[in-house]
Order: sequence, then C-alpha cells, then structure tokens
Amino acid sequence: MAELTRDDVAHLAGLARIDLSDAELDRMVGELGVILESVAVVQQSPIEGVEPMSHPMPIVNVTRPDVVRPSLGADAALSGAPESDQQRFSVPRILDED
Amino acid sequence: MTTDLTRASAAELADLLTSGGTSSVEVTQAMLDRTEAVDGDVHAYLHVDREGALSSARDIDERRSRGEQLHRLAGVPIAVKDVMATKGLPTTCGSKILEGWVPPYDATVVSRLKQAGMPILGKTNMDEFAMGSSTEHSAYGPTRNPWDLDRIPGGSGGGSSAVVASFQAPLAIGTDTGGSIRQPAAVTGTVGTKPTYGGVSRYGLVALASSLDQAGPCTRTVLDAALLHEVMGGHDPMDSTSIDAPVPPVVEAARRADVTGMRIGIVRELTGEGFQAGVQARFDESVQHLVDAGAEVVEVSCPSFTAALAAYYLILPSEASSNLAKFDAMRYGLRVLPEGVDDPSAEQVMAATRDAGFGDEVKRRIILGTYALSSGYYDAYYGSAQKVRRLIADDFAKAFESADVLVSPTAPTTAFRFGDKIDDPMAMYLNDIATIPANLAGVPGMSLPSGLADEDGLPAGFQILAPATADDRLYAVGAALEQRLHAAWGGPLLAQAPDLSTSTTKGA
Repeated sequence: MAELTRDDVAHLAGLARIDLSDAELDRMVGELGVILESVAVVQQSPIEGVEPMSHPMPIVNVTRPDVVRPSLGADAALSGAPESDQQRFSVPRILDED
Repeated sequence: MTTDLTRASAAELADLLTSGGTSSVEVTQAMLDRTEAVDGDVHAYLHVDREGALSSARDIDERRSRGEQLHRLAGVPIAVKDVMATKGLPTTCGSKILEGWVPPYDATVVSRLKQAGMPILGKTNMDEFAMGSSTEHSAYGPTRNPWDLDRIPGGSGGGSSAVVASFQAPLAIGTDTGGSIRQPAAVTGTVGTKPTYGGVSRYGLVALASSLDQAGPCTRTVLDAALLHEVMGGHDPMDSTSIDAPVPPVVEAARRADVTGMRIGIVRELTGEGFQAGVQARFDESVQHLVDAGAEVVEVSCPSFTAALAAYYLILPSEASSNLAKFDAMRYGLRVLPEGVDDPSAEQVMAATRDAGFGDEVKRRIILGTYALSSGYYDAYYGSAQKVRRLIADDFAKAFESADVLVSPTAPTTAFRFGDKIDDPMAMYLNDIATIPANLAGVPGMSLPSGLADEDGLPAGFQILAPATADDRLYAVGAALEQRLHAAWGGPLLAQAPDLSTSTTKGA
C-alpha cells in the first residue's frame, strides 16, 4: 500500500475544498496513515470474483405521475441563503481574473 | 401506574390521555420542567421549543375535548435528533456550518409525528453530522451520560439516548448509520431500534452515508419503541429507497412477547474476546432468560464480520465526502471569506468556509473518502470494501437459514470517560464493531438493557438482529427478554439510575 504523504493530504484537501492549516495537515497525515492501515484489511478478505454491493436493497427505478404539486416558493428556498438578490442566490465570482 | 408523568412510558401516557387522567399540556409541561431541572447537567438538547410544544399540546387537548378520533400517541411529546429537518426549528446536525439554519420544510418522519399529534419538545445533541460514538464531536459540547455525568452517552445519538434516560422525554427520534441508535441505547440503559433499511423514510434526514442511514425509535421500553416505529415507518414516495409495503406488525409482536420455538443464533465473531467481562456476563444471562422463555439457542459463524469495520470505514467516508459536498457556502449555512484575499473566488470562499465550519472528525472522514474514491485507489479501497459488504450480506443470509434472529452484546464496553478515546480515531471506531454489520447488510437491529456490569455498575446492551423486513421479530424477542429482566430486577433498570435533580455539575 502506498504511504500517504503530506503533499497527498494537501492535494486531497484541495479536491475536497477544505483549506486546512499547516498544523491540521501535520496532524492529519499521521491519523489518516493509521486509519488506512486498518481499513486495508478489506484487501486481504476472500473477495476474488465477488460482485460488489453498493446498496442493501435491490434498487428499482421509481417514477411518479407527471402532475403539478406544491413546492417551496422562492422566499422559502432563499430563506437560508448567506446572500440573495432579486430572488436568486448571490455568490462570489466564479471565474478567475486572468 | 406511576404518578410521576416524566417516569411514565409512552404507552402509559397514551392510556392516561385517552382516559382523561391527564392532558397533553400537563404532560408536556412536566417534561419541560424536568428539562429545566436537569438539562443544565445532561445537555441532551441543542434547542428546546417550549412554546411550540405547548401550543401543539393545547391543540391536541382541544381536539380531544371535541371528541375527535385521535392517533394512539396523540399528545405524547417527543424529542427529535438535530439531523432531521424541522420546519421553523433550528437544525444544525451538531455542526458550526449549519449554525442558525432553519429549514423551510419538514422531514417525512417529522411530518408523521405532527400528523399523529405528538408535540415536539426540541432537538437533541449529536456528534457532528452523526460521525462519532460519544457526542464529543458535537460543535456545541458533549452530552453527559445520566448514569455518570463524567461519561459519554454514546453516539452519534447521545442526545436522544440521554433525553429518554434522564426522563426529559418518553420518546426520541434517532438515526443509525453504524450503531448511532443502538450503541447510545446500550450505554444509557435504554431501548433503540434501527429498522430495516428503507423501512423509515430518509426524506429530510441530512444524509451521512445514504446506503447505510436509517432513522428509528429511542425509548425506555420495547413496547414504546414498537409504537413509535409504527408512527415513523411505512412507504414514502419522497424517498426512492423507501420500501413499498406496510410496517411489519411490530406492536403486535411486542404485545405477544412470544419466543416459543424461536431459534436464537449467537454470532461467534461477536462474543468473547474484546468484550468487557461484565458486558459478556449480562449477555450470557440474557440468553439463558430467552431459553427459559422457550427459545432454542444455536451458534452461527459470520467470518466476514471481522472485516466489517474496515469495509464500513471506507464505504461511509466515501459516501459522506460526496454527501457533504453540498455544504458549499452558496445556498444555505455558513459563509466565511478567506483572510487577506481581495475579491475571493467562490472556490476560495468554499474552502475557507469548510475549514472553519467542519470539525476535525468530519474533515478526516471527508479526506479519507476523497482518497478512497480517487482514481488509482478506487478498486483497492472502495471497490474492495463493496465486495466485503457482499460477503457480510451473504454471511447474514446463511446465518438466518439456521436462526430466526441473531444476538450479541450491543457494544464491547460500558460507557467510557470523556477524553478516553477522542485522540485515537481507531479506538473510537471499535465501539461500533457489533452494530456495523447490520447497516452494511440493511437488516434491522435493536438494543435493550441487559443489566449493569459488575466491574463498574454501568448499563450493558443486548443486541437482536433479524432478516430484512422481519423487524417484528426484534420486538417479540426484545419484549420477552424485557419481561423476564424486569421481573428479575424488580422493575426497569433505569429505576436504579441516579436522581439527577439533586446532583451538581461535574467537570467533563
């Protein structure tokens, strides 16, 4: 099993959009290493040729009649927004300047 | 019949309300007074809705006085875990990222409580986003175990277990992803059921791991759990994984309490080594009680259960990392701007918010899940875990060929002290070793008190597991065992718990 490095954790934190501090990164490298070592047990189980199971019950497609029914209004949907404007969620810029 | 309303069971309260022996306002006020007296010490609630609960109670009393046909539990108040969306009431999931969030809609479970006319007393404390076994990961401080205020009440649903154990509510809603209803029940001397996956709607339940999460009842008696299970359960078109079938006959099974001829399977891998001596001793006695009640004992082996913890701690973080991506500071919840950045981008705001809003355990699991799902590692980790999950389900299927139910101690130990396991994630994870297999396979499970461990005088739990959709068997076995244990103890176990109203706050 590949050893998890500090750079790996920093990369993963970036993918997960969590701005970890240096102290948090230092601590998490060690903690994740211990956890990964423990969970690697799954690789030693007799799993050869076993069908993966993603869900406890058989998944079936669920449909409903295409009829209009009550839903949240704009005010209710926006009631928890950090910022809103003209019945819309107001967000920081999404593009880079350059 | 007990005269103290806070000590009465939900079934007793329902009878009293129906006969006119008390009113919902009187019952609800008694619970709120008890909270006033003891919750400064216990800290089971994150939010108490005094006005809302009393107003619902008044409404039910009025409807009853008009002769309206009401639900059996109408007027019996209840507490709800803070992971369930409640319209107009704060819902934080024990996290800073949702501090102050008031959902604009009700979870289906909450709607059903309201339809049944059950006043909602408040929202109970929990480990942040249900990640933990002690409530020490709540961003709002831990809940204390009513048996010993220096010890954990279990988790993640420690608020719901403590609220019923400290007589602040006869009933509470919990959720169980790897044991979060059953393990808290075990360490507080209360009853908790995780229904069959799909038996209770997940609509409006803030998801931790969607293929594992299931809501269920937290109570002081097996019959009360059955009554609440019946209110919560049943098909919901708002949840695509909801089972389209009636709730199993749980109340009938609890009333009959009949185990004659039933085959009780002891899971070899979930007893003996690793279990505290006093927990194991109470388990062995409970099995003997069931034999005395007419059951037959068989031993079964589930070899893949030894890898269940590992599979769980890959599957859960993987699903959690995906589910918690919605906390992005854009539509609801916390928004934090990064320091020293002019005109930050949405992505920078997201990263700063998630760092400030999530606690350590949540960050750990999100990053672990991100790793397990990343290309190059997916097959080795998440893929292997899903295969182990299949082996565990196969082990259950085989075991249920020779046994009608399986039994084990619920948790390996009694309640531990605050701080004992907080710095060692793997030690904390081991609390759920006996409860996790049921979530992976989707089968129902119950924990009820088996007695006090000799070495520390603290409650131990007895776990019952049944095949999917055979939830009624949990209640037949649970009620039969409860009857015999109550006879042996001369009353419920919680009668032996300390009287908190006279205690003083201790340090955690």
